[in-house]
Amino acid sequence: MTWGVEDLTVDFGGGTPALDGVTLEARPGEVTAVVGGDGAGKTTLLRVLAGVPIPSRGRVHRPDARKIGFMPATSGALRDLTVAENLEFIADAHRFDAGERAGLLLERAGLAPFRRRLARDLSGGMRQKLGVVLAMLTAPDLLILDEPTTGVDPVSRSEVWRLIGSAAAGGTAVVVATAYLDEAERATTLLMLHGGRALLAGTPADVTAAMPGAVVDRAVPTDRDRAWPRGARWRQWLPGGSPDAEPPDLEDAVIVAMLGAGAGR
Amino acid sequence: MIPLEAARVSRRFGDFVAVDEVDLAVEPGEVVGLLGANGAGKTTLMRMLLGLLAPTAGLVRLFGRPPDREARRRIGYVPQGLGLYRDLTGDENLAFVAGAFGVPAAVPVEDGGVLIGRLPLGTQRRIAFEAALQHRPDALILDEPTSGVSPLARARLWEQIREAAAGGAAVLVSTHAMDEARQADRLVLMHLGRVVGRGSERDIVGARTAVEVRTAEWHDAFTALDAAGLPATLAGRRVRVAGAGPDRVESVLASAGIAAQVTRVPATLEEAMVLAGAPPS
Repeated sequence: MTWGVEDLTVDFGGGTPALDGVTLEARPGEVTAVVGGDGAGKTTLLRVLAGVPIPSRGRVHRPDARKIGFMPATSGALRDLTVAENLEFIADAHRFDAGERAGLLLERAGLAPFRRRLARDLSGGMRQKLGVVLAMLTAPDLLILDEPTTGVDPVSRSEVWRLIGSAAAGGTAVVVATAYLDEAERATTLLMLHGGRALLAGTPADVTAAMPGAVVDRAVPTDRDRAWPRGARWRQWLPGGSPDAEPPDLEDAVIVAMLGAGAGR
Repeated sequence: MIPLEAARVSRRFGDFVAVDEVDLAVEPGEVVGLLGANGAGKTTLMRMLLGLLAPTAGLVRLFGRPPDREARRRIGYVPQGLGLYRDLTGDENLAFVAGAFGVPAAVPVEDGGVLIGRLPLGTQRRIAFEAALQHRPDALILDEPTSGVSPLARARLWEQIREAAAGGAAVLVSTHAMDEARQADRLVLMHLGRVVGRGSERDIVGARTAVEVRTAEWHDAFTALDAAGLPATLAGRRVRVAGAGPDRVESVLASAGIAAQVTRVPATLEEAMVLAGAPPS
């Protein structure tokens, strides 16, 4: 593999490991989405991949630190610097001549009118977009983004995905953590984490097609523990299959994987 | 009697019109999804419906009357920040809220003995729901209630919302998660203070379209479209453009020497929202 982690285990002590034998491959020119809820292990995985010193077992393949762009969940922007100063700071630290690239990225992120604004005075969504721009600025080989779109509105989110797309189109390997499944659907491949373990991996289509059993549509579910609402109706998982199975989607596949892993009530 | 109702409601802050002549009614047992970018006016509208903010024009009615104390007691509210005390346990939070509404404290919940600040976000959200539901409100106002939790945890929160609706509560819920919009019975899309779309997801998308590009050279196609200033986004190994016609896309690709299959497709809900905010092309 070019970049990624193999059989990675991180144990901070105290019961279940934060990551338990996780493998993730980040291919150049592709987007890998790391999906999971709060506490699934997404941040730990991304931090290890980015080179944050965390005691771990397993193999990590990453480029030279200077060729990694990492956006932490807190955006990474320095709050007391302006937008433009944040960009200069990163470029200087990398001895990178950002030139026109800085302006172009700000334009794409919809941040061009706010160059002189302090990062602390940006809205949450704008600060997240600045974080993505900072991580991309030096045209890294490996771009790692920790939940760049959590709490970000749909319009800003589509700007973030335009930036992500342009990085991948330019040959960068992109790893992006998200809690939104519609974003995982846009990625080339996804890795679904739950309780530190990889529950699903592959392209969204493969993961959906490989769902065990069947999901049916019901007005009233017969087994509430294996049912979840969709609109005013219910989806229900029948592990043994069913003649009136609905075509499953990614949400079905992910929920079924969590139920199968014993993530009940 | 309509539980939640706004009639030509506006709210100005100085020269800024946060909400502009909005009509909205949520009936008993109905779940209405409120969509819109930041700044669209969703939270301001919710705060007026809660009686926390007075409209500068128009009328807000709760259960057919002005939002007085009696009417407000019949509402349950989960704000974006959850509204829990982080230095109290879950059970203490529930008891506190129950006391404020003058109802018996709820049954202790799972992990209810742990300080809120030490609980995972999914559990915090579940407790915030319990807190808002324990006085059996006839209307629920939920401001982005499921952000950041796992798909299964989110499904369980929706189960609580659906149970409240099945019991007759009127529910108004704002969300940024587009795949969550299908959980609502109908949708209301706001943009710059105004309602710009209503109905099902299909109604909101309406005639809006995007262009999908299929090509083995998707990297080059994306780069060419992006460089031409078109709003390209990625969908697996396909490229989508919302806000430009197929002719424009084809001509950009042709000048870059890229062979591609270019088709006009219905916009996604997110693309429709981006297009709702864009000047008409």
